[in-house]
Amino acid sequence: MTTLTLEHEHEAVRTERAVPAPIPFSRIVSVELRKSFDTRSGFWLLASIAITSVLATGAVILWAPQDELTYATFGAAIGFPMAVILPMIAILSVTSEWSQRSGLTSFTLVPHRGRVISAKATVAISTAVVSMVLAFAIGAVGNLVGTTIAGTDLVWDMGLDDFLYIVGANTLGMLMGFMLGVLIRNSAGAIVAYFVYSLVLSSLSEVLAASQSWWSDLRPWADFNYTQNLLFEGGFTGEQWANLAVSGALWLVAPLAVGLALLLRSEVK
Amino acid sequence: MITVDSLTKTYGGFTAVDDVSFTARSGRVTGFLGPNGAGKSTTMRIMVGLTPATSGTAHVGGRRYADLPNPGLEVGVLLDASAQHAGRTGREILTVAQRTMGLPRRRVDEMLELVSLTPEEAGRRVRNYSLGMRQRLGIATALLGDPEALILDEPANGLDPAGIRWMRDLLRGYADQGGTVLLSSHLLHEIEVIADDLVVIGQGRIVAQGTKAELLASAGTLVRTPDVRRLAHALVDANIDFTDSAASGTHDALRVDAEAELVGQVALRAGVPLTELRAADGAGLEEMFLDLTADTQRDDTSEGAAA
Ligand SMILES: Nc1ncnc2c1ncn2[C@@H]1O[C@H](COP(=O)(O)OP(=O)(O)OP(=O)(O)O)[C@@H](O)[C@H]1O
Ligand SMILES: [Mg+2]
Repeated sequence: MTTLTLEHEHEAVRTERAVPAPIPFSRIVSVELRKSFDTRSGFWLLASIAITSVLATGAVILWAPQDELTYATFGAAIGFPMAVILPMIAILSVTSEWSQRSGLTSFTLVPHRGRVISAKATVAISTAVVSMVLAFAIGAVGNLVGTTIAGTDLVWDMGLDDFLYIVGANTLGMLMGFMLGVLIRNSAGAIVAYFVYSLVLSSLSEVLAASQSWWSDLRPWADFNYTQNLLFEGGFTGEQWANLAVSGALWLVAPLAVGLALLLRSEVK
Repeated sequence: MITVDSLTKTYGGFTAVDDVSFTARSGRVTGFLGPNGAGKSTTMRIMVGLTPATSGTAHVGGRRYADLPNPGLEVGVLLDASAQHAGRTGREILTVAQRTMGLPRRRVDEMLELVSLTPEEAGRRVRNYSLGMRQRLGIATALLGDPEALILDEPANGLDPAGIRWMRDLLRGYADQGGTVLLSSHLLHEIEVIADDLVVIGQGRIVAQGTKAELLASAGTLVRTPDVRRLAHALVDANIDFTDSAASGTHDALRVDAEAELVGQVALRAGVPLTELRAADGAGLEEMFLDLTADTQRDDTSEGAAA
């Protein structure tokens, strides 16, 4: 009897606690946002968006012919570095969990990898949109300053729809990086794969399209990089949207689905 | 309480964890002991869902780990202290965990103080941390949410003697307050001083488990003599089981499954001089560890290999 009581008392020293509330998705997103700039590499990668925007704007002011000193020129100049930096940010946000092995902690604190990856995707897309707004604000200042210096007329030859096309194009580029990160789960490997995709494959496709008419007909449907880059020019027709959807399903959605399925089942060590 | 039930993990044709079942009870420190490659880390990774099991289940407090709403508040996990983004500071790593769990900010400072990392050290990037500092940071992360259970893979790895002593007291206190502590090690001495219960694993299989007292009691008698052969014959004649005392490092000792008095009588009758005769405690557990894993360990400590 006594021993039973003692035993019971011993067990009960640690008071019964209430079951904790589940971790809300918004909290995982805010943690992932923090993780995107709390390392030196992450910080400078994000900072380089602003820095390259300023540099590109400066270059346009200094070197662009006066009659081309319009907002669209600034937009194009800023968009170029962005198309490289944003996918890198997306790649590293995923792959560092494996390459730096921080996933061991991340995926034990949140034992649902899908939630962590969704939070990363949310942060990546938000980063793309916010960066574009920031970059175009810098471009607008550049346009004001540039035309004042040159004494030319201020030309705002870019509407909201042009802006949305460019945001869309860059967001899709970023998601390609994200997909490669999920699929490859290794920083160096995913970065190399991204450049092979965006530079090597696209050149090969270009060469092939120039000589083979069957490919130049098929290209808008099968070459996502090509169709995605057409977005920068805007003014999509119904067929072009269909091109984007089909090539995107092929190059982005399908491999992302495969990558996610593998990621959810893989071993983290 | 942590319950592992018939856990099996195969990699291709290789079975890393083979039908492992055990329970780590609350209020006790359970030592998970086994030589290199025995499957300790794999078992622990499966418990927290980082490695999918081939078959079998693991539960913490009656639930699957993946079903815990905020696992950091219920289970403290340290699997590999070096598995951190090298570019984050120690404080930042704790802050990320603190935010994920939704804890007040002061917990970070409390934990840094608990594991004796100075504010200056906490501000350094983890790539510049020593092994022991990483280990302390890992322990801080595990304790951050004040969990009821701890799963620690070789937590003493890299700690200095004072650090090992501190950790031992910490885990003891934790268990005494009703917490569940499961810690692995391949170092017997380390676990012998702290564990209440032991689970010994070799080549993926559990080879022994029970309370430390039980396992020590079954360790038998250590007997040392210049004439091992004659004593061995006498023991065989008397129908008493014995093994080479692998842990003693020499070949003049046997571990006998009998009381010291009986062994002494056998030696007397056989006229074998003894240089030592005692209960195989202390060193006994090591005997047991080496014996139990003799056919599963990689370095052969028997006579044949030494010759
Ligand atoms: N992905 C894998 N593929 C093949 N074999 C694996 C894999 N992961 C682990 N193993 C094997 O499983 C076995 C158990 O490894 P584990 O890391 O669990 O050992 P351990 O008991 O923790 O050893 P140590 O004391 O050295 O840490 C080892 O033989 C290891 O090589
Ligand atoms: Mg291990």
